[in-house]
Parts: sequence; C-alpha cells; structure tokens
Amino acid sequence: MTEIEVDCRDQNCPVPLVETRKALKKASPGDVVEVVGNHPASKKEIPMAVEALGLELLSLDEEGEEWRIRIRR
Amino acid sequence: MVEKVTIIVHSGDLDKIYSALIIGNGALAMGMDASLFFTFWGLQRLKKGDLEKGPLSKMNMLGLGSWMMKRRMKKANVAPLETLLQDFKDLDGKIIACEMTMEVMGMRKEDLHEDVIDEYGAVGTYIKEANESAITLFI
Repeated sequence: MTEIEVDCRDQNCPVPLVETRKALKKASPGDVVEVVGNHPASKKEIPMAVEALGLELLSLDEEGEEWRIRIRR
Repeated sequence: MVEKVTIIVHSGDLDKIYSALIIGNGALAMGMDASLFFTFWGLQRLKKGDLEKGPLSKMNMLGLGSWMMKRRMKKANVAPLETLLQDFKDLDGKIIACEMTMEVMGMRKEDLHEDVIDEYGAVGTYIKEANESAITLFI
C-alpha cells in the first residue's frame, strides 16, 4: 500500500480538485492519497468528488486555513 | 454509466475560455467525462499561441481589462489557460475542433494546437456528444 501526497497549497480553483483526481488515477486500489491545501472551496469539493467517485474518505483535518484530506483508492 | 458534460465553446473571450476549462476540469475531477466542442471564436483560441489572446467579455477597455484580469488571476494563483488545457487532456477530456469554422475562417490543421485536438467534427459530432450528456452548456 502506497501513500501519495499531493501538495496544492496556495493553488486556486480548479487545481486542487484536478491534482487530487490525477493522483487518484495514478494510485492503485488500496493506496492512500493525502491532499493538503488551503483553498476553502476545495475543502468542501474534494469530499464531494470522493463521494461521486465512490471512494473512501478517510479523514479531513484542519489547522487554521490549511486542510488535509486522506482518501483511500 | 459514467455521466458526461459537453460544452460548446463558441466564445473566444478570455473569461469564457476560463469558464469552459474550469467546468470541464471540474467535471473530470468528479469522475465524469467531458467534451469541449470549439467553434467560431472559441476555435480561434486553439490557434498556435493564441490561447490567452481573447479579450475580456466585458470591460475589455482596449486590452487594459484583460491585462488587469490576468494580473489579478496571477495574484490569486489561478492556473494559466495552457495549464488548465493540459490538465483537461491529462484527465482524458476530449477536445473537438469544428470543421465548418475551419473552412469558413480559413484555418488549417497546421495553424492549430494539433496535439490537444482529439477530433475534427461538424454539428453531427456535437449532437451525438450532447445527446449522451447529462449536462450541456453553450459558452
């Protein structure tokens, strides 16, 4: 099981969503993709995409403006 | 069955090209398929090097508006159009160039950003794509 980290801090719409999707495409089933960023809309929208893709949202942590989302492929 | 978005990119305005690519990428990010059908002024933007040449759809002020908008976007860390276009392709988005526009406006394949264009088609191609789509837009 591999962990893939996606850093999209200071990236604006739609880059966090796009980079998350790219990472998920590259991942194999069972891998965990961790996305870290600070764009507020993405904090809501990445979980929406995870649900639409039928994948598992493992966690969403926030520290001030920065959020960290973990997804299992 | 995977849902699809089809967008007719009729306008060549900078802000409208941004909208088309952001929506296209958004759909792909959510696991949908996306097709962008570039026609008329939109297809002008697919000429080599012309992607960011469009005016702002309002308040262009002879180019000043467009310049200011690009500056603001850079400050807000919005990705440039070329990046969004590449992202769209990387996520398997489809780009179709309108053959009628090419004929009417005297554009040849060699004039265009050929490596991003998947298909050359006419209205039938668009109708087929739109018929298969849950979401269709005219930008």
